[in-house]
Amino acid sequence: MFEVRFHGRGGQGAVTAAELLALAAFDEGLQAQAFPSFGSERMGAPVAAFCRIDETPIRRREPVAAPDAVVIQDPTLLHHVEVFGGLAAEGYVLINTSRSVRELGLGELLERHTHNRVLTLPAGELARARLGRPIPNAALLGALVALTGLVSLSSLERAIRERFSGSAGEANVLAARDAQLLASTRLVRGGLGVGGGG
Amino acid sequence: MAVASQLEGSLAVARTVARCRPQVICAYPITPQTHIVEALSRIVASGELAPCEFVNVESEFAAMSVAIGASATGARAYTATASQGLLYMAEALFNASGLGLPIVMTVANRAIGAPINIWNDHSDAMALRDCGWVQLYATSNQEAADMHVQAFRLAERCSLPVMVCMDGFVLTHAVEPVELPEQEPVDAYLPPFRPRQVLDPEDPVTMGALVGPEAYTEVRYLAHAKQGEALDEIPVLATDFAARFGRASGGLIETYRCEGADTVIVALGSVFGTLQELVDERRAQGARLGALAIKSFRPFPVGELRAALSSTRGVIVLERAFSVGVGGIVTGDVRAALAGVDVDTATVIAGLGGRAITRSSLHAMLDRHEQGALQPVHFLDLDIDLVERELARHRDGERGGPHAENILRELGIVAAGPV
Repeated sequence: MFEVRFHGRGGQGAVTAAELLALAAFDEGLQAQAFPSFGSERMGAPVAAFCRIDETPIRRREPVAAPDAVVIQDPTLLHHVEVFGGLAAEGYVLINTSRSVRELGLGELLERHTHNRVLTLPAGELARARLGRPIPNAALLGALVALTGLVSLSSLERAIRERFSGSAGEANVLAARDAQLLASTRLVRGGLGVGGGG
Repeated sequence: MAVASQLEGSLAVARTVARCRPQVICAYPITPQTHIVEALSRIVASGELAPCEFVNVESEFAAMSVAIGASATGARAYTATASQGLLYMAEALFNASGLGLPIVMTVANRAIGAPINIWNDHSDAMALRDCGWVQLYATSNQEAADMHVQAFRLAERCSLPVMVCMDGFVLTHAVEPVELPEQEPVDAYLPPFRPRQVLDPEDPVTMGALVGPEAYTEVRYLAHAKQGEALDEIPVLATDFAARFGRASGGLIETYRCEGADTVIVALGSVFGTLQELVDERRAQGARLGALAIKSFRPFPVGELRAALSSTRGVIVLERAFSVGVGGIVTGDVRAALAGVDVDTATVIAGLGGRAITRSSLHAMLDRHEQGALQPVHFLDLDIDLVERELARHRDGERGGPHAENILRELGIVAAGPV
């Protein structure tokens, strides 16, 4: 089982991100479960959403306590919420920011975590270029595809188009592709984006 | 064979209800039921269900009143609610069951205020435990969808209203694979509604006649007798459903690895999946643990429970609501079913107001149970120190202030201010 925890703020679409990932996994013939945290629904309040992916039916219904990956939609949450709680050394970290991991003051994450598993990426900026709004979801999922290989980019694109029709769907697909490409480049360059770049 | 789709639980239920061809849907939105009735209103507006009428009512009391009126004129009626909405219906709920009207209602289970809380537990449905409705509890979104098809047939077969309870948020807002029951087998399984009584100007009858002491007991006993019929009917309907749709859903109870179990955890609703994983983990360590889901809480399956639990030594009833001043609600019925059987019964209250029921907390609880150190009524993950400090503030008639705000302030959720 692969478990992903999304951290965002109300209105950023953390729940939609979890659902899109589940939809993409389902599209690949996998079992998937997505659900929101049962916290405040106010705009701007910290929210979490969860996605589990497995080859067999998923039975557990508790929040993800020991994620295989965490996706942080808003770097201001780093100081308010225990976003890395339960994350193992082999776990993946993806943060929406134009700054590097070290610039965020998270250099120790790089020491602790397996090589090439921590990535920052300006997903909000990539989204703004394609959507006109800094909704980072699709871009972060594109980057997550590059980081983990959890699902294919084409499954993700199908999920995005299924959820968002017309131009909104196409713009989100482009944002996901941009992010997938940028993330792949950064990962190949062996930690430029990971460590000092961005 | 139906194909699964990756769907939100609410949407799966809405689409399934639509395939049951309701003729009147009346509802008032309330979290976490809203997505269900929103989806149904769109389906009705599309014309797909014509001549079904969607009635936007001004309250839950009106929702149930419209359902009663619609059902009494021979229409297949559906509504959905949760929490305070269910309480607001209370008087009409007793009328619907007392009149024997086969209304089907989804309850997206949610806590009851005060303190106000929008998240899941079973306080709402348990508060209306005795209103005369059949109460079914779904363990998954697949089962929630399937149970609605069975609920309409059960309701109309026994002329009784049926509540399908599904955990708010945990199920209603979870996106997971669901095979929607297809239209053709639903039509074959669920024949058109043939009411046992109809308000018809051509053939006038009185529904809801005043009944005095000379006959009240007999009319009330009829309600009890009909729930007894439902107890026989539910397994038959589940078997027929499995034969037509190719999957097991519903029924009175479901057991998981109870054979040779020393201890069985009994629960209602969506926690059953988590319990199955817990059972596997404990069994891998050598413990002889099983789990049992009660799918039909009203009528209560006394015989099935007795048969399933008679050879076990301990029963832990995991409850998502409690009776203040007593403890468990389901526990009382389980104990009655096991009268004369040598079984230790404990109550664990868990998951109140949306608190997650985690395997880690359940493991810790089971460790205490194995050591014989579990309280007869145990509150999972209760912060007793927090409670003690609040009690201390109110000792000796002190003006301690409102409990909820005090507790939130201690937790740092409400900013500290003048006390």
